[in-house]
Amino acid sequence: MDLQTLWFAAVAVLWTGFLLLEGFDFGVAALLPVLGRTPADRHLMLRSIGPLWDGNEVWLITAAGAVFAAFPGWYATWLPALYLPFVLVLLGLIVRAVAFEWRHQSHDARWDSSWTHVITAGSLIAALGVGAALATTTLGLPIDADGIRVGGSLAGVGWTALLGAAAVGAFSVVHGALFLALKTDGDIRLRARAFALRWAPVAALPLLAWALIVHLRYGTPVTAVLWAIAALAVLVTWVRIRVDREGQAFAGWAVMLVSSAATIFGAAYPVVVPSTIDAAFDVTIADASVSDYTLTIMTWVAAVGLPVVLGYQAWTYWVFRKRLTAEPQHEDAPAAGTAPAPGEVPA
Amino acid sequence: MDVLDIARWQFGITTVYHFLMVPLTIGLGILLVVLHTMWVRTDNPEWLRLTRFWGKIYLINFVLGVATGLVQEFQFGLAWSEYSRFVGDVFGSLLALEALLAFFLESTFLGLWIFGWGRIPKKVHLAALWAAVIGSVVSAYFIIAANAWMQHPVGVVADDTTGRPVQMDFLAVLTNNTALAAFSHTIVASLMVAGALLVGVGLYHLRKRKLAGRSAEDVDHRVWHRSVRIGGWVSLAAFVLVALTGDWQGKLMYQQQPLKMSSAEALCETEAPASFSIFAWNKLGSNECDDVHSITVPGLLSFLAHNDFSSEVPGVNQLQEEYSEVYGATYPDDPSRFGNLAGEPIDYQPVLAVTYWSFRLMIGMGAVSAGVAGYALWSTRRGRIPTSRIGVYGSLLAVGAPFVANAAGWIFTEMGRQPFVVVPNPDVAVDEQIWFFTAQAVSPGVTAGEVWTSLIALTLVYGLLAVIEVGLLTRFIRAGITAGDTSPTPVGTGPDDDRREGPDGDAGGAGEDGRERRRPDDDVLQFAY
Repeated sequence: MDLQTLWFAAVAVLWTGFLLLEGFDFGVAALLPVLGRTPADRHLMLRSIGPLWDGNEVWLITAAGAVFAAFPGWYATWLPALYLPFVLVLLGLIVRAVAFEWRHQSHDARWDSSWTHVITAGSLIAALGVGAALATTTLGLPIDADGIRVGGSLAGVGWTALLGAAAVGAFSVVHGALFLALKTDGDIRLRARAFALRWAPVAALPLLAWALIVHLRYGTPVTAVLWAIAALAVLVTWVRIRVDREGQAFAGWAVMLVSSAATIFGAAYPVVVPSTIDAAFDVTIADASVSDYTLTIMTWVAAVGLPVVLGYQAWTYWVFRKRLTAEPQHEDAPAAGTAPAPGEVPA
Repeated sequence: MDVLDIARWQFGITTVYHFLMVPLTIGLGILLVVLHTMWVRTDNPEWLRLTRFWGKIYLINFVLGVATGLVQEFQFGLAWSEYSRFVGDVFGSLLALEALLAFFLESTFLGLWIFGWGRIPKKVHLAALWAAVIGSVVSAYFIIAANAWMQHPVGVVADDTTGRPVQMDFLAVLTNNTALAAFSHTIVASLMVAGALLVGVGLYHLRKRKLAGRSAEDVDHRVWHRSVRIGGWVSLAAFVLVALTGDWQGKLMYQQQPLKMSSAEALCETEAPASFSIFAWNKLGSNECDDVHSITVPGLLSFLAHNDFSSEVPGVNQLQEEYSEVYGATYPDDPSRFGNLAGEPIDYQPVLAVTYWSFRLMIGMGAVSAGVAGYALWSTRRGRIPTSRIGVYGSLLAVGAPFVANAAGWIFTEMGRQPFVVVPNPDVAVDEQIWFFTAQAVSPGVTAGEVWTSLIALTLVYGLLAVIEVGLLTRFIRAGITAGDTSPTPVGTGPDDDRREGPDGDAGGAGEDGRERRRPDDDVLQFAY
């Protein structure tokens, strides 16, 4: 395998890793108003992702960094073509990040619930935006021979972007529900399980559709097999969640994502930005890549660094592996000194 | 304004803003490691209080730095796509390695530190903080190496067909002398930021407690006193190092970017020996060097540039001519690459007022900070507590001084590099040099409306977040150690303080099961979530 192909695979792995990890914290955040009925519920949900979201987000920084580092031509074509959508994603990620940390800096129910809404909104925007961006870089952007966008600011945002947004959004929500079912105990666990059972089959559709379209356009027999595995994994997820095997359902859903992503990137290879104007303008890994020398250096550093990163990140997941339960005692804590939490509405 | 100008404003605003959080993260992180290590080694509750109070400030600030850092990475692609294409072989890999080797370490272990209180063994918990802070420092190295390569591109040759730099020597990029000088300067400058904060906040609380007639014997008092002493010494030591590393940078800059340094001095004509300008004034609105008049110290500039008092230092006018000869008097007449500037004359001289005054602001604010540190150490010697309103509130105000100095330093070095975004390396023969004008770096397909939209949106959001961050920090700092830490009640009264001391002292300890069971979770809640 040549270095460009290796780095195309590395970039695909990084984006998949990002969706797999940040996907559940996006999902948990999106589900806050759905599954979290009381402040204590929402607190529990946030605590399940509290120690993990920041480490997960570094997968995005690394994935984007790897695109820049290995394929600057891809970076320089893809990002400006979707300038405003990317800015929106950044704004979503910014407000979400500060909301996670600042939410607890005041024991005021309104302050708390405002930041909780910010977390939900920011996470949704980011999930939808990243989905749109990834879909257009595999399904096509209106670029000319120089890789410059033809048309107005939103020329790149068509049905492909909407499909990608729906795919990542829906995947994340169910992923978040499965994560909650796996990580928490009590009411939230039951509600999350019921949610996943009801929505998993539907939520898989946009992602499977996106993967199928890329496969039908550029696919190989291998990507056909990968797609079939993804479809089968949805079934496995659904069957396992029905019998309350949360761990297996979570794993099934993860396999669905990984095989879908493998189908998409595998079929799109070696094109990194297809042009919707003329296939001759497609940007390929060969057009976009840096020198072999630079790729070699990065390969060595990544070969040593990535296993270490995976090791310590896995270890933190293990440290925080315990199922979390709601602490009724905490519900009172904000009330000390102030009025009883007004955010508590009767169910 | 055209896309180029708006994109430059956007880069300037977002970067200066980002770099308000970053030095505090780096500097306070390093101090936090020391405080936490001292606690683990001595089991003295004072160190625990110090760790937790400054740790919480660290976290409130950290997250905004992380959040705004995302914009930094993406805007190279969004607004500066031609730059990204041009420098991709070198620049992108440094960003990717920064993420892989530093950001993962930083964020993963910080999460472990925040949530690890009482859950993981004490020493492992301490190691998590070490790892996170090492991550911050390593990330600073990579990003400064990337920036230093723009100031002084090494380890590359020009590609025959595209003219783009092709990396030949990664080690040369990593050991670029410009990077080593800038990195050391930045790290010690970050320590000045942290030191000033410890001094200002510590003095404020000491004075308040003394005027309220509160005991000088309890832990709170000792914590504030120790904050001032640590902050003061760190500031002073860091100031000395800032001066030394700055001098190193200055000498490199005279070799690598003479026009930047001569502009910093408003040195129009070549002089031998060259004099250092103390104060200058010029015709309003003029960027002509000859319109500048200044008060000078003879010979000092020669020393700063070459370590002796007689060497020649080239002036702006001579350098302008030399640059025009080598790199062209006008931009190539190619509107697709140079936009409105195609065919226009190139002004090799940066904006004089900016380079001149930002350079002085940087040095001046650093000196103010050192002066305040000296005052703080003197006024708290042998347990004394200053009650001077001017002295204490002045010190609190001066917390801002090193922030301003940092921002001014970066504005100087980035605007002083114009009109280049990648400055030609004078150590390389002219026909093998690599350079890139800022005018050709901007994304060609992006419209002014798009960049305006993002500039306005980012500025508004950043502004709002700044107000909230400052509000949170102020409130938390005012509340002080006891109220801000494990007690949800408002500022405690005397007996309350005493009651709190006991359980707090071992709150993070791993042993003593019975009472501990409840506490770790509470602690986490109080500490971060």
